[in-house]
Amino acid sequence: MVRLKYQAVVIGASAGGIESFKKLLEEIGDFLDIPVMIVQHIKKSKNSNLAELFSGMSGLNVREAAPNEPVLPATIYFAPADYHLAVEQGRTLTLLATEPINYSRPSIDVLFKTAAEVYRESLIGIVLTGSSHDGAEGLAQIRDLGGCTIVQSPDEAEYSIMPLAALKRVDTSFTGTIKEIADYLKKQLADTV
Amino acid sequence: MTDREIELENENIEVELLIEALVKKHGFDFRDYSRVHIKRRILEVKQRLRYESISMMIKDIIYDREFLNKLLLSFSINYTEMFRDPDVYLFMRNEIIDLLRTFPFVKIWHAGCSTGEEVYSLAIMLKEAGIYNKTQIYATDFNDKVLKMAEDGIYPIEYVKNYTSNYQQAGGKESFSDYYIADDNNVIMDSSLRKKVVFANHNLVTDGVFGEIHLIMCRNVLIYFNKNLQDRVLHLFKDSLCNGGVLCLGTKETIENSTAESDFETLDKKLKIYRLKY
Ligand SMILES: C[S@@+](CC[C@H](N)C(=O)[O-])C[C@H]1O[C@@H](n2cnc3c(N)ncnc32)[C@H](O)[C@@H]1O
Repeated sequence: MVRLKYQAVVIGASAGGIESFKKLLEEIGDFLDIPVMIVQHIKKSKNSNLAELFSGMSGLNVREAAPNEPVLPATIYFAPADYHLAVEQGRTLTLLATEPINYSRPSIDVLFKTAAEVYRESLIGIVLTGSSHDGAEGLAQIRDLGGCTIVQSPDEAEYSIMPLAALKRVDTSFTGTIKEIADYLKKQLADTV
Repeated sequence: MTDREIELENENIEVELLIEALVKKHGFDFRDYSRVHIKRRILEVKQRLRYESISMMIKDIIYDREFLNKLLLSFSINYTEMFRDPDVYLFMRNEIIDLLRTFPFVKIWHAGCSTGEEVYSLAIMLKEAGIYNKTQIYATDFNDKVLKMAEDGIYPIEYVKNYTSNYQQAGGKESFSDYYIADDNNVIMDSSLRKKVVFANHNLVTDGVFGEIHLIMCRNVLIYFNKNLQDRVLHLFKDSLCNGGVLCLGTKETIENSTAESDFETLDKKLKIYRLKY
């Protein structure tokens, strides 16, 4: 039986992330037939619902992650402000109100590590702009379990600290601009095994 | 398999065995809690107490009572605050209190009350609405340590600024400082707020229903339960509520897609406030 090589994408961003997501999702929107889970560092406020902000873009199904929700194809999940987002073995979502990690809640590492344990070699992890070190450990776990690792080129990123930290920790599968990442992704997403 | 994969497989087997040991030896049942959550806590304790492996922890679960308590403490997330999510309490004040007022007496159940901040918050609102005296409140948790703190009603003074602001955002018009006495480090909640409260140990996984409750608040507890356990507890709430009784969950929790969904109508979708159908 032919099936898609990759079954899920996880993306993490911090400072400067919203703009990058807009660009990236515009580029890959129509191609997406697997789930995408996103951690964008954000402070809790009246306007912190990123799913609301992004829904309506390119007709994709965009939602704020909720506990015990099954991970659905062609759907984008945002971690809510103030909760870690994680994936369970049964491919459902979990929110954790446990303490912030490296000053962040949601934490990119928590999402990446738990998703890597579930999806193993069929996971793609992407680290974008940001001024923290979050995501580097998680990306290393994705690599250790055979998944595909992508980092935005520090030159293009509005804040380069996070991509640099990830590149220092992991010899990535691909590094490039948002446009290049989108093209690379399209190829990967069409791959079957 | 790569080294990391073997390591993971071993870890997952050990986690399952540890959870079994807890239920077999001590009756604490975490089998239907989020595995991710439990595993993260186990690994955190393993690292903090420098255990070589999870298997070594299993041995101590069986033979070392002290260790059991440390582990249980790390499993539970007790964070809470007064008038947490002020919009919820504003809704209570504006919509629910008048509904409660229509009953000759009112029974309220705070399930998973932790250190009690939520209980005092609601008591203040009931008092201001003039219905506190015809109310009976059950405040329950499965952790005796936090229950004791709830009963004492003593909180660090540095939180009070935030609590006062929450109180005001929740529609509070009185002076919040009338509800406590302060010393250098702490505030002590007015004992009259406790007059109608019974604090009791109750485990949502293993213990039974309360009867004829008008309002159940169970906020930020179900979030750590898997779907199966969440459904079971929602049925427990359904069976504990009187017809027309109100259920208030945490803002990330929902009865949507649960097996109890059709028994409730939604009063506020965003605030997660529901009412048992007649
Ligand atoms: C995060 S606190 C929520 C406190 C408060 N309701 C709030 O929303 O601010 C969660 C509480 O649920 C309690 N809890 C967890 N599992 C439980 C169970 N099976 N039965 C009763 N209480 C439980 C924990 O001990 C903890 O105090």
